[in-house]
Amino acid sequence: MSDEVLRFEELTVDFTVGGTTQRAVDGVSFGVRAGEVLAVVGESGSGKSVTALAALGLLPSNARAGGRISFGGADVLEMSRAELTALRGRRIAMIFQDPSGALDPVFTIGAQLVEMIRTHQPSLSRGAARERAIELLRMVEIPENRLKYYPHQLSGGQCQRVMIAIALACDPELLIADEPTTALDVTVQQEVLDVLLAMRSKISGAIMIITHDMGVVADVADRVVVMRKGAVVETADVHELFDHPTQEYTQALLDAVPRGGPRESTSVDADVAALRIDDLVVEYRGRRGRTVQAVGHVDLLLNPGEVVGLVGESGSGKSTIGKAVLGLAPITSGEVHVAGQALTSSSASDLRKTRARIGVVFQNPAGSLNPRGTIGQSVGEPLAVHGGVRGAELRRRVEELLDSVELPGAWAGRYPHELSGGQRQRVSIARAISLDPGLLIADEPTSALDVSVQATVLELLRSLQDRLHFACLFISHDLAVVDQVCDRVAVMSQGRLVEQGDRESVLRAPQDPYTVRLLEAAPVPDPREQSRRRGLRLAG
Amino acid sequence: MARFTIRRLIELVLVFFGVTFAIYAAVFALPGDPISSLGGDQPLSPAVVERIRNLYHLNDPLWSQYLRYLGHLLTGDLGVDFRGRSVAERLASRWPVTIRLALTAWVIQVVIGVGLGLVAGLRKNTWIDRGVLILTILIASVPIFVMAVTAQLVFGVKLSLLPIAGVTDGWPTSYLLPATVLAIYGLAAVARLTRGSVVDTMSSDFVRALWAKGLSRRRVIGVHVLRNSAIPVLTYLAIDLGALLGGAVVTEGIFNLPGVGQLLFESIRVHEGPTVVGIATALILIFLLTSLVVDLLNSLLDPRIRHD
Repeated sequence: MSDEVLRFEELTVDFTVGGTTQRAVDGVSFGVRAGEVLAVVGESGSGKSVTALAALGLLPSNARAGGRISFGGADVLEMSRAELTALRGRRIAMIFQDPSGALDPVFTIGAQLVEMIRTHQPSLSRGAARERAIELLRMVEIPENRLKYYPHQLSGGQCQRVMIAIALACDPELLIADEPTTALDVTVQQEVLDVLLAMRSKISGAIMIITHDMGVVADVADRVVVMRKGAVVETADVHELFDHPTQEYTQALLDAVPRGGPRESTSVDADVAALRIDDLVVEYRGRRGRTVQAVGHVDLLLNPGEVVGLVGESGSGKSTIGKAVLGLAPITSGEVHVAGQALTSSSASDLRKTRARIGVVFQNPAGSLNPRGTIGQSVGEPLAVHGGVRGAELRRRVEELLDSVELPGAWAGRYPHELSGGQRQRVSIARAISLDPGLLIADEPTSALDVSVQATVLELLRSLQDRLHFACLFISHDLAVVDQVCDRVAVMSQGRLVEQGDRESVLRAPQDPYTVRLLEAAPVPDPREQSRRRGLRLAG
Repeated sequence: MARFTIRRLIELVLVFFGVTFAIYAAVFALPGDPISSLGGDQPLSPAVVERIRNLYHLNDPLWSQYLRYLGHLLTGDLGVDFRGRSVAERLASRWPVTIRLALTAWVIQVVIGVGLGLVAGLRKNTWIDRGVLILTILIASVPIFVMAVTAQLVFGVKLSLLPIAGVTDGWPTSYLLPATVLAIYGLAAVARLTRGSVVDTMSSDFVRALWAKGLSRRRVIGVHVLRNSAIPVLTYLAIDLGALLGGAVVTEGIFNLPGVGQLLFESIRVHEGPTVVGIATALILIFLLTSLVVDLLNSLLDPRIRHD
């Protein structure tokens, strides 16, 4: 194992919070070989990020590490502050998940690049450092006039590329990338991964990439370490792992990745559409009297019992459509009909009745459930407000609803913080279906969840939809998820609907170039397919 | 930047007119007649009162009085008080005292408050941090007159280190005691704010990324953390300076400092309208200017505000 740049040996990390100690990493051993891209995969709480932070001596002060992290013949855990400072950035560099938060907001990106260069090469003059900064920016495909820009003036993808430029400034022996593309849109993710991999030929070092996304693993990795609950489950070559996973957990993780599947189309008896959107325009007033068009002339139809996926990247206007249907976004022109009722011309009391027929599930269940109310109160509130249900009858109905989302009825007295993310999202779903809605709006309902949890929540949504036959507007950025649950798909880009149709035709034979790009950018959990696509893309 | 400054200046002018009018009207509405009380024990004859009232246009409607006042104000004339003394001159003799007191107190707050906050923030949850918290709260909960009189007793009477009252010894000797007492009350807020700001910054993602860049502790804290933490603290400190310049009525009273605060108190007591409005106008100007400086400083320090 002499070709290993970095080796974790029986690494343990304990966190002490309020007097109790918890083990986050429990005897992890693996190595990163020179020149390779090693992916460390796992769900939240698997200890993958903590392991990476330990390699740089960046653990928070309430953490204690044991074992050994060998790097260049020394043990990182034994290093003094001065030795660590000499190691960080110069020999091991790191980039983080949230690129806009990882740059100091009050300095220009040029200043931050120059700072990095001059810290590690103090002999370089200011001018020479600036030259080098420009060269680095060019390497990550950012024009040199951006040198004077502040982080908030750049997009998330650009910020991440700046972070890569900073990380690579000193040609480190190892680059650790902690979920480098998780916060980014899929097409931007592809650009960043491309830049990252292009660096591979330019630097001598190895790359350790931490991710929860099997598609990203298949796209970039040579070898894979699978982690779960602070321990290594499996270490294997990427092809071997995807073809013949030896561990049950790895298999489960791969199975949980949504791949789409056959879904019988629901019989449609379209007397009154569940949702009809005609020529909808939503404009917000921007600064200096300028208006920003969030949604421009969109037509969309949802038949009763139909699940329509609304797909797009951030800023495409997909969530705004959901908000407009709920009356949370201003309808500038056009009309929205919910079960035949026009929203803009309805009286306030009619609107209330119409809204009672719409269920909503938001992305972040932690934020959409009242933290000071029990989940029973959250689920029962619509019944009490709109249905006038009280007392024992209300309790019975709440238990029934919790039961239908596969949570014990006795949990009605618990608070949201006592539940996991997936359980909370089940509560949100129970609340959304409490009034037996004709229309359910699900805005990124699984984006905040781990992939295995996501799979179970999606399954629940589908089985509920089969049973209750509500129409569902499923808003998502994740094509694979949409593929799994939707009958029809509508694709949005920059406020406009670029394509819509049957799931099969849109996702298998896309017509619009944007849809094509989106589909190709989404990494699939298949290393061979990913390397074929990458080859095609780089060939031009 | 220029746009920003111009917009703020326009807002400033509007606020100025609004607030001066409100104060003018409030003084106008005070109960009691300032003119008839000018004579003291001997009541003035109605003819004299009427003559004085006409002289000062007190029989005119409020808006016309205000407009006349504003007209004078724009030429830099604060008018005369009911005894015929120039308000501007009376203020001029008072300002140096208040400015010295305020600046001394402010500097003490900045040095000690920011210093304590910084140390506490960088040593979060240690005994130093807790000690600073307890100390600042303890001091701030003592009433100011107790603190002032105790300070006079200990440092003035018992130890004879500093003068007890008055300004005869000049700056800094005469000002040290009152300024320290005055500063103590802002100290807790400055220290807590600095601590919170430093703690927030230290735990932010970009600071972790700076450590990962391999920067020295000196550079991470001295350059990045300080500048990012300074933004909310500076805002508070600038507003605080405005408040200190407004004169500390109690402190100036106890230490017998002939400053603006003392003059304001006396003027309100004897219904000396022109002087009250004059002082208030000057204070408004100070507040408006400090808030403008705060905004400009913030936009210099924080590019996100500049580009908004």
